[in-house]
Amino acid sequence: MSTATVSTLKGARLPKWSPYAIAGGSVGLAIAIGLGAGLDSRVQWGLIAAILFVVGTYGIAARVEGKRQAKDRIATSLVWVAFLLAVIPLVSLVWVTVARGVKVLDVYFLTHSMGVVADTEPGGGIYHAIIGSLEQVGLATLIAAPVGVLTAIYLVEYGRGKLSKAITFFVDVMTGIPSIVAGLFILSLMLQFEMQPFGFAGSLALAILMMPVVVRSTEEMLKLVPNELREASLALGVPKWRTILKVVLPTSIGGITTGIMLAVARIAGETAPVLLLVFGNPFINTNPFEGAQASLPLYIYQQYANSAGSGAAYDRAWAASLTLIAFVMILNLVARGIARWKAPKTGR
Amino acid sequence: MAKRIDVSGLTAYYGSHKAIEDISMTVEPRSVTAFIGPSGCGKSTFLRTLNRMHEVTPGGRVEGKVMLDDEDLYGTGIDPVSVRREVGMVFQRPNPFPTMSIFDNVAAGLRLNGSYKKSELADVVEKSLKGANLWNEVKDRLNKPGSGLSGGQQQRLCIARAIAVEPKVLLMDEPCSALDPISTLAIEDLIGELKERFTIVIVTHNMQQAARVSDRTAFFNLAAVGQPGKLIEIDETERIFSNPSVQATEDYISGRFG
Repeated sequence: MSTATVSTLKGARLPKWSPYAIAGGSVGLAIAIGLGAGLDSRVQWGLIAAILFVVGTYGIAARVEGKRQAKDRIATSLVWVAFLLAVIPLVSLVWVTVARGVKVLDVYFLTHSMGVVADTEPGGGIYHAIIGSLEQVGLATLIAAPVGVLTAIYLVEYGRGKLSKAITFFVDVMTGIPSIVAGLFILSLMLQFEMQPFGFAGSLALAILMMPVVVRSTEEMLKLVPNELREASLALGVPKWRTILKVVLPTSIGGITTGIMLAVARIAGETAPVLLLVFGNPFINTNPFEGAQASLPLYIYQQYANSAGSGAAYDRAWAASLTLIAFVMILNLVARGIARWKAPKTGR
Repeated sequence: MAKRIDVSGLTAYYGSHKAIEDISMTVEPRSVTAFIGPSGCGKSTFLRTLNRMHEVTPGGRVEGKVMLDDEDLYGTGIDPVSVRREVGMVFQRPNPFPTMSIFDNVAAGLRLNGSYKKSELADVVEKSLKGANLWNEVKDRLNKPGSGLSGGQQQRLCIARAIAVEPKVLLMDEPCSALDPISTLAIEDLIGELKERFTIVIVTHNMQQAARVSDRTAFFNLAAVGQPGKLIEIDETERIFSNPSVQATEDYISGRFG
């Protein structure tokens, strides 16, 4: 400090563009190191750049701005690095799926089955698998959503004491059931009655997987409804069941729908129980209660397993993956739309 | 229409904790009775026992008698839902239903009870909003959400909602504590009008407010933290604030306590 009039509240600050400059510099340096040391893997380059960025930020900031600001900046840059590390696999997954999936994805592919097409030949489509997926997931939702929502209502609005604790415990246990176990459970029942594979059996297993997810998310949403609203309604002389039906559920319906949609998205990608119980079928079978059906995840698995170096089956598997991702994404968007549409309005 | 409340030997618990003990008092019809006292002395708990809202809280339980004219609210075969239709309540924080419009909020009590004629609904809503001095401010936007109103308007909306079901008694649990002085004045004026038709009980921390709006005032206190709250005295408001018969009351209202 050369003069006594220097403000104690102002300190030296790095310019606004400095994080970008440090990031650019560390990437450049990482490339130079990578080339110089002859590292082949781009992953190593990326890691070197990330470490250089964090260390560089700390070093420069500590020198210019002081230790406390340097710690602040290092926290910020760690958050950014973590974010990028999380996004990279996601982006690369979507990129690869789109790039490989669009090859055979067209209207013909979406509207034809594999009925007369051998796995090794080109042509064919996923119409039968889409039908199967929609029916199995739809039926599973019809079972799991009402049961799950009602269970959650019981737990939040009525449940006291041992019974509700027991239910909560079993819901927790059910959340952890591996999908193959749910499949085996239904399979053991089917073997008991000597049944052949059919779509609805898959729906039952999927419903088992879906139920705890619905219970959990609905429970959280119902707990978010302020108690004051329940009391306001009760104090008007409204019976408890009508309070739940007309005040609590409408207030939380957006969140509940989102939860159900996310649970649907989760079971739409399940392969194991479908493989065990629905078996797969290259022909179109629109009846979920009789005969083997196909489903999208199962189709992807079978095409890939049977491709045996055949490019056609390999391409079909990727195209079906893209369809499945698109299906799940559309569900998510629909859920968000419903949540926004149903959210309590605050406008004047 | 307004009814008299006669409480005798009322004790209320939260689980094993005794919140208020052995309270007896009479609340006159067509008058305003104010409850004052330090935080935690059981004013709100006592208020909530008067329309059986206390038992909504897990573990809440009540002993004693609350006579509404000549019926015991805690007698056998009494339906708490019916009790709450006779004894309405306004809460501390304005709590309009967020999914409903202004109109639907006021109509909620009738609609959710299922006891209304469609043709009457609009009349009842208008009458209630006028009764709550809110009609002129909202008549052009009855279909807008109730949560878009200001805090004071929301509280008057809640009062309109409560009086729309034509209760005999209106309980108010610190109805102005979340409001600014102007909204408070509006609500206090409203209380003065409403006492022509209803029996009103109001809990307040604001002693000037109790002095302004109430005909009779009850002072509650507790011996120590963790001890149950008790009714110290109830009398004409004027007497309580000028010449109370118990020293503790005078200490409290003049700020000398603890």
